[in-house]
Amino acid sequence: MVEAILINGLVLGGMYAVLAVGFALVFGVAKILNMAHTAFYMVGAYLILIMSIMLGFPSLPSIVLAIAIMGITGRVIYKLFLDRVKEHPVAVMIISVGVAILFQEVLLIGFGGHFRGIDPFIHGFVEIGGIRAAYQQVIAIVTSLLALVAIRLLLSKTQVGNAIRAVAEDREIANVMGIDVSRICVITMGISAVLAAVAGAVVAPVFMVHPLMWLHPLTIVLAAVVLGGLGSIKGSILGAFILGFAETAVIFLVPMGAFLRGAVGLSVMVVVLLLRPEGLFGVVFEEERL
Amino acid sequence: MSRQVKVMLAVVAMLVVLMPVLVACPPVVEEVPTIRIGIIGPMKFTVGEHTWWGAQMAADEINAAGGVNVGGVMHQIELFKADSNELLSVVDAVSAMERLITVDEVDFVIGGARTEAVLAKQEVMADHGVIFINVGSAHPEQCMRLAADYERYRYFFRGAAVVNSRYLGKMIFALVDMVAGEIRQELGIETPKVAIMMEKAVWTDPIVAAAQAKLPKMGMEVVGVWRPSPIAADVTAELTAIKDAGAHIIMTAYLGPVGVTASRQWGELEIPAAKVGINTDAQSKRHWVATGGKVEWEVTFNFIGPVEITPKTIPFYTRFLERFGDFPYYSAGVYDSIYLLKEAIERAGTLETYAVIDELKKTDFLGVGGRVVFTGIDSPYPHDLVWGPGYITGLGIQWRDGELVVVWPDGRAVLGDKAWEGIRFEGTVDYKLPPWMVEFWKGRQ
Repeated sequence: MVEAILINGLVLGGMYAVLAVGFALVFGVAKILNMAHTAFYMVGAYLILIMSIMLGFPSLPSIVLAIAIMGITGRVIYKLFLDRVKEHPVAVMIISVGVAILFQEVLLIGFGGHFRGIDPFIHGFVEIGGIRAAYQQVIAIVTSLLALVAIRLLLSKTQVGNAIRAVAEDREIANVMGIDVSRICVITMGISAVLAAVAGAVVAPVFMVHPLMWLHPLTIVLAAVVLGGLGSIKGSILGAFILGFAETAVIFLVPMGAFLRGAVGLSVMVVVLLLRPEGLFGVVFEEERL
Repeated sequence: MSRQVKVMLAVVAMLVVLMPVLVACPPVVEEVPTIRIGIIGPMKFTVGEHTWWGAQMAADEINAAGGVNVGGVMHQIELFKADSNELLSVVDAVSAMERLITVDEVDFVIGGARTEAVLAKQEVMADHGVIFINVGSAHPEQCMRLAADYERYRYFFRGAAVVNSRYLGKMIFALVDMVAGEIRQELGIETPKVAIMMEKAVWTDPIVAAAQAKLPKMGMEVVGVWRPSPIAADVTAELTAIKDAGAHIIMTAYLGPVGVTASRQWGELEIPAAKVGINTDAQSKRHWVATGGKVEWEVTFNFIGPVEITPKTIPFYTRFLERFGDFPYYSAGVYDSIYLLKEAIERAGTLETYAVIDELKKTDFLGVGGRVVFTGIDSPYPHDLVWGPGYITGLGIQWRDGELVVVWPDGRAVLGDKAWEGIRFEGTVDYKLPPWMVEFWKGRQ
């Protein structure tokens, strides 16, 4: 059973981590609590569905195109809705929830509430110690890890990355140093949306695509970043994996309560906020934010 | 210009002047009286779509044939569509019911899918005194309310698509028994292990409790109960745990979209346990596409299938498939309900509610899904469907190569009840275990 929890938890945690990183990035840099982040993930998955299944495009170009479109969408949403209210966290939160629900309703009207599937890149499964994981799950976890490495390299090795880190550290000093803070915020939002779309691309063939698919991951992402320390990328990755393992453990240890897996994230979030508002690793990661 | 030509020109000029007026005036037609029927369901989901399609088909046929004879006056059926969104919100379901009755002023309401929502809609029904035929929700409580307070709830009937979950439970047990028999025969496993995997919802609670008590008496061992959310988009961990527990059978009950997730991931991971029970979405052709064909070999209860339950079944099945491009399921129950309502109205000779209720109670209707008879008011479940041989039986259907085939009733006694012996509709085939499951367990032996 332990092996099963480890493998399933790793797969789930990897998917949550990609989402959590994008969310943490925007919060860390633009100080925006973007509640529409997982809605970007949903729209990304639908774009792939439309292109690959409905229009018959090959899978890979569909994914690349969907990710590119989401990068642009993220930037447009920021400029249209969030930029002008970015100094007011409550307004940002309400508007971003509104944007997410708008996406949800548009998809419900356009596609109905049906669960839809996207074909995996490779059918079948691999068996590790008697535990089965679909090939697509393996692809998802590898892609998730690659995305996390890529974002790490982007932040530490590129000029844009340095600017992003500088804005996250202190936006006023970054401004004085000649960094266009507004532009960096827009770019960060684009990167965040790209990460959400990547998660959508790798997860859609494993899970199902439907207009409510953004809700459960949103709880998890919020819980992961709170657990890790708001705005801390390393913390959010760790938080995501902890929650992935916790959800899996609930299913294995309390099968009658499998429906409670969604409540795990919320419970963790409440407990952490009450006992350690800076997050489990807040102090350590605050010093090396991003 | 001659006088004759002048007159002709004057007439033409008058016609030109009067033409817009003539066109604007609608032709005088005799107003055809209508019967207003509200169709309620989660219209953005497959269940709701099928509810609407079944109603459309019945109404179109009845209207084309002249309509409903109410005391010698022919009435056309007018349908009103209400999206209850009940898979997501009970509040929305209540609002939709209120709207149908108070704004659209319907005479009757047909529909319903989720128990929690139907229970709430019953209150609206009772407050307004409008006949409500529920075609999708199975919980016994809905009819027990009539036993407790008949005056208030007498407007309710459980229509032709779904039976009381006590009987649904029996049907699933019969299906599980069939699969267990096959496992004993083909794999030589005397005590098959069963994992109960049913969505967390009110309607499945009695089935879960009954399964835990009954399966050991049927020579099976229950290895665990998993209750995912009705809208779970991932159940790989549950399926892994079930495989880990050594289950040979997964006993299912899904109304929500988790049924799609479960079918797809079960097939993708080739979990070596036969999947059998209720999976509402798996009754639709769309399910095959959504799961990428991974639903193959799964067995689910259905109300209708491509077999001759009655002489009406196959013609309806074919017409429905041609018109909507999908296999009928909930639609069949709505279709039958509209027809039996028509007969009740014609017998009553009026649309007056209590007269129609009296006639509905006398219903003995041969529909596309079987013979529909309602239980009496002295039953613990008044106005419920009578289930069993000679009445509505339901079917067990299995997905094979993109098609649904009927595998139950298979002509054998059901859980010791010999009344079922010989009940096997023309077109029924024998059940088969998933090949990967046979390979897995034979390899272990």
